[in-house]
This record gives sequence, structure tokens and C-alpha cells, in this order.
Amino acid sequence: MSELNWSRYLTEMTLAFHILFATIGVGIPIFISIAEWIGIRKKDPHYTLMARRWTRGFVITVAVGVVTGTCIGLQLSLLWPEFMRFAGNVISLPLFLETFAFFFEAIFLGIYLYTWNRFSNPYRHWLLTLPIIIGSSASALFITMVNAFMNTPQGFTLENGRLINLDPLAAMFNPATPSKVAHVLSSAYLTSAFILGMIAAFSMLRGRNNDYNKKSIRLNMITGLILAAATILFGDISAKFLFEKQPEKLAAAEWHFETGSQAALVIGGHLDPITHEITGAIKIPYGLSLLASHDPNGVVVGLNDFPRDEWPPLYVHYLFDAMVGIGFYLLAVPVLFLLISRVKRWNTYNRWILGAILAGGPFSLLAIELGWFYAEVGRQPWILRGYMRVAEAATTNPNTPITFWLFAALYLLLGIVCLVVLGRLFRNKPAELELEERRIIL
Amino acid sequence: MSYELIGISVLWLFLYGYLIVASIDYGAGFFAFYARLTKQDHLINRLISRYLSPVWEITNVFLVFFYVGIVGFFPDTAYYYGSALLVPGSIAVILLAIRGSFYAFENYGSKENSVYLFLYGATGLLIPASLSVALTLSEGGFIVEEGGAVTLEYLKLISSPLSWIIVALAIVSVLFISSAFLTFYASRADDQPALKLVRTYALFWGTPTIIAALTAFIYLSQHNERHFQNMMDLWWLLALSVGFFMIAMWLLYTGRRYGLAFICVMLQFFSAFFAYGIGQYPYILDPYITIQSGATQESMGIALVIAFIGGLCLLIPSLILVFKLFLFDADYVKGKK
Repeated sequence: MSELNWSRYLTEMTLAFHILFATIGVGIPIFISIAEWIGIRKKDPHYTLMARRWTRGFVITVAVGVVTGTCIGLQLSLLWPEFMRFAGNVISLPLFLETFAFFFEAIFLGIYLYTWNRFSNPYRHWLLTLPIIIGSSASALFITMVNAFMNTPQGFTLENGRLINLDPLAAMFNPATPSKVAHVLSSAYLTSAFILGMIAAFSMLRGRNNDYNKKSIRLNMITGLILAAATILFGDISAKFLFEKQPEKLAAAEWHFETGSQAALVIGGHLDPITHEITGAIKIPYGLSLLASHDPNGVVVGLNDFPRDEWPPLYVHYLFDAMVGIGFYLLAVPVLFLLISRVKRWNTYNRWILGAILAGGPFSLLAIELGWFYAEVGRQPWILRGYMRVAEAATTNPNTPITFWLFAALYLLLGIVCLVVLGRLFRNKPAELELEERRIIL
Repeated sequence: MSYELIGISVLWLFLYGYLIVASIDYGAGFFAFYARLTKQDHLINRLISRYLSPVWEITNVFLVFFYVGIVGFFPDTAYYYGSALLVPGSIAVILLAIRGSFYAFENYGSKENSVYLFLYGATGLLIPASLSVALTLSEGGFIVEEGGAVTLEYLKLISSPLSWIIVALAIVSVLFISSAFLTFYASRADDQPALKLVRTYALFWGTPTIIAALTAFIYLSQHNERHFQNMMDLWWLLALSVGFFMIAMWLLYTGRRYGLAFICVMLQFFSAFFAYGIGQYPYILDPYITIQSGATQESMGIALVIAFIGGLCLLIPSLILVFKLFLFDADYVKGKK
């Protein structure tokens, strides 16, 4: 195998691992902040305890997120030196701003952790959550800008193989930025809602039927409903963006070969790799045209309009379908939960709904992975769409395989130890015990 | 001053900042582990973790900051160093990752674990050693570009006395800076047993630090005549550095004004570090990258400088807040809060 492939696999592995922790890292601070605020306002110690317990787990995941983020930061230069030399001129500003945001978050997280009882006014401690939220969400914003730039590069002119006449702001605010940032942020918050809901649902299924868990689930599902709706809306806007600016990515996701109006939406199915005939799929007439242009007669560009060597791999269709499917599942669960909670005769926290919330945690993380794989694989073969192919950017260093295995071992170690530590953290000290210690009556 | 000169100056300042905060961190990790081995951990580990827990993540950011900044200002560095350093760079990152995450597992997790502490302590010495290799490489002669491919000449690097003395210098400096800081911190906490222990560390590691520095200087003269001559022209900065070292040692020895002693250690490294950096001008990687040839274009350079200034306006007050809460709040340091 070539250096190119090893470089790709290593980058994929690092990002796939990092994105789990990064997503949680962006979303959880919001919930910590909400819980602490409700706790102070309503003088409800359950919520205050919630904020404390979530923070404790959060620190562990932040640590892994930070170190794997450092890995990907350095790997950019180690594995893709040609790319960094070529495009580093144009995108260093958002990369740089991202580290500022990260710095800001790191400072206030440290303060937040060690000042729980140091302020006489509890709102002061709560105020510290705001810079943490700003820092974590801003770093997601800036790093997504870099990624958006790779999809729709602008803010420079190409001359003799060099990028000149740079406009850093135009590069940051490229066409892909708004829809991408919105979708990334809302999906990160949504995922965190379900991860926290999953934990509470898990302990209720284990028989810990108490107000603490119920309040957590209620909070997570109400916010989850809003966030799922927002995520689907931003996903729709993203599809419209692809239709306008990156039609080959949308066409690959929908197996849409012939340019034409009244295009159908293809769900599932199997593609014949040679004849491009689709079997066994559910086809929704006009669906793709509606999705892309909000007009059943809209003309959608097909893959055949592009040279073969600029096609993304066609398996991205499955990634896309699965991501969208999970998105609607994550909307359905909170809707169902809130409907049931309106009916007095039924038990809101029945086993089925708890099971559905529990499954929402891993599903939402899976959707994050699927969505990113779709976004990244969907712009193959380009690393900088229209300007530089992935093959031209990789390192020439022959030691990529060793590096790959070293990092694989690292992520395995971190993944296992992190799960063990998190598990022990909460098993050794369940919420009930802590409530009792703090003399909170259940 | 041109934007690329501002850029490299600020970056050098940040690297110096990282040198100090990271040395404290790395050395503390090693001392914590060493103390547990020699069954003296009850004396100092609480002190160390009180200081490090709130700030370990900030330390990490200093490095990322420097790294992103230099790649942004000088994209050519990504190409040369990135191509050449795939393996050593990856190993350094892996060590950093193990160290950072296991610190969190040990301190915020639920149980004390000697294996975690061992990983934390051992990496505390290995990371400065591996990072210092980048400084050796910048002297030139180890990275070769031929036919569009950049390679690192491992054999030359391993057989060079310069690279080994720089590694040695990095390790002893880490231990010296860290123990000097811990001495100050222990005296603030009014923790006599801990103070006694870390003060002997500081007194012990002072001498090898200055010897290693002088030896490295001599080997530099053989490896890179230009850099050596430039530094000789800055003899007064080097003399200042030795002067601060002597004041620091004297204060430590007589056992008073530990805060001033630590400031002298900081100034000692500051003057030596800047003499080294100015002497390297105009090269970033001898002979491939100079500050002028490797710089990004003007519009991006200016945007980055503006981002620097804006960012610092945000960071400096926040860092002052951290210092106020965790370094200069006597009650916190003593463990009452």
C-alpha cells in the first residue's frame, strides 16, 4: 500500500476517534450551564448535583479530546506537508483563532472546576460556564470554517502553482461555512442531549427510579426536541447548499446520474457498479428535486456531467441515508416522550421509552461519524476542491505504516482506559449515594 | 518592524512561555513519581496536584499555540519539518497524549493508580527530550532535500554530540526550573517538610544545568559557526543569564526570598533563550527557511498579527485571573479552599 493510503487511513482514524470526544466537548457545557442555572434559580439541589456530576465526567472526555485534537493538529503537517505549504497561507487565520478559543476554554474550565464553593454568590460560579461555552463552540466554529474552505475554497488567486492575492476573511466566510457550522453545532448539542439522557435512562432501567434521573431525562428530551428539529432544518439547508455549490457530492449521495428535473429521492437499495442500475430502493418521486430546490420540477445536476476521475465513491449513499434515518429517530423519541407525558394514565418513564432514549446515545454518536464520513469522502478526490487532489498532498516519508500502528495502539489504550475510568467514576458513586451525602431528600 | 519579524518575535515569546510552564509541569510529574518511589509522596504530591490540576490544560495550549502560529506565519516549516519529522514528531505527540490524558485519569478519576503515575512521570522527561530535537534540527545539516523529497538523516542525528547535549540540557533544565518553582510554591503554602525536600532538588539540579548549557554552547561552535558567532556578539545577554543564575542559586542556598529566586531563574532562561533565538536570525531552518523567504503573504501576516493582539487582550486578563485564584491566593495554596 502507498504512503497516500496509509496517510488517509491514519487521518480517518484520528478524526473518527477525536470527533466523538470533540462533539461531546462542544455540547455538554451547554447542559452543565443550564442545569446549574436551574439549580440556583429554583433552589433545586437535584439540578446542581446534575451539573456537578456531568462536569466530573466531562473533564475526562475533555482530556481525551484535547490530546487527540493535538494529534490531528500535528498530523496535518506530518501527513499532508504539501497541502499545508500550499493552502496554509490561506487558512492559517481560522486555525489560529481556533487555538485562541481553545485557550479561552481551557483557562475557564480550570477555574470552574476548582471554584465550586469559593464564591458567596452562586451566580458568579455559574457565569464561568459562559466562557467555557463560548470557547468550545467558537473552536468548533473556526475549525469547521477550515473544513468548509476545503470544500469551497475562495479568497485567493492561483498563479504559477502558488496561491496569491490572499483574502483571509473571504476564505473563512466561504459559501460552505454557514450551513456547515450550523449543522455541526446543532448536531453536537443534540448528541450531548442524548448522551446525558442515555445515562439517566440507563440508571432508571437498572431500577434507580428517582426524581434525579427523571429530571435529567425531562431536561434532555425537551432540549433534544428543539435541537433535533434544528439539526434537521440545518441539514435541509446543507442539502440545498450542495445542490448549488457542490452538486457532485449530492448526486453521489443520491445515486443521481442523469441531469434532469423531477428527480426522485432514493432510499436504500443496491447499485450495479457498471450499469448504474438501482435495485431494491424506495424511490420517492420528485423527492430529490424538492429537497434540493424546493421545487418538484427543479433540475438537479447528475454525476454523468462530471469526469469519471472526479467522482466521489458511490458508497456515500448509504452513509447519507443512515445519517438522515438516525436524525429522524432522534426527533421521534422526544416527540413520543412528550406526548406520553401528557397522558395521565400512562407511565411516562416506561421501559420502552427508556430503551429508546438509551439507544439514542450511541445512535447519535454514530450519526456524527456517518455525517462526517459522508462530508469528507464525498469530496474525494479533492483535498482542496478544484485545486489540489489528495494524491498530490500526501507525505513522501516511507514510514507511514509504523506511524499508523503507533497511533492505533494509542487510541485503543485511550478508548479503553477512558471507558473504564468513566464507568468507575459513576459506579463507585451513584447519584443516590451522593444525594444522601449531601442530605438531599429523594 | 515588518510583520514577519513581529510574528517570529511573538512566537519566540510564546515558546519561552511554554518552556517555563511546561518545565514546571514535566518536572513536577517526574518529582511526583520519584517521591512515590522513595516513599516521600505524602510530603509533596498534594502540593503538586493543587497547582497542576487547574492549569495542566493551559500548558498544553501553549504548545499548540506556538505550533499553529509558526505553521501559519511560515507555511514552509510545515513542509520541511512535517516531511522530515513524521516518526519522531508522532512519537512526541503520542507521549503528550498519554501524559495529558493519564493526568486527567489519575486526578479526576476515582482511584489512585501507580501505573498512571509512572506513565505521567516517565513521559515528563521523555517529552522535553523529544521536543528538543526540533531545536537541534533547526541548526541545519540533519534535514536534506533532494529531488522533491525531504528526509531526516537519523544516523547523523544520533551520532552527533550536539543533539545529545541538547537533550541533556533540556532534561536538567526541566528539573531545575520545576524544582525552583515548587520551592517557591511550597514556601507560599508554608509547607515546611515539602519545602525542605524540593529545595534540595533545586540546589541539586542547578549545577548540571549550567554545565550542560556551557557544553552545548561549545558543541554549537563546532556545528554551526555562524550561529555561534552571532551569539558571541550577544555576549552581554549570556553574561546576564549567568548572573541571574548565580543570584538564584545564592537565594536558594541561603533559603530566603524564594519568589525572587524563581524570577531570577525565569530571567536566566529568558536571556539565554533570546540570545539563542536572535543568534539564529534570519534562519528558521538552516539553510532552507529564512524568516523572509518562508513567511506567508502580507495580507495573511497582518491578519495574524491582528488576531494575536485581539487574542492577547482576551488571554492576559484571563491568565491574571488564574494566577490570582490559584497562585497568589494564599488560602488556596495552603489547601484551605
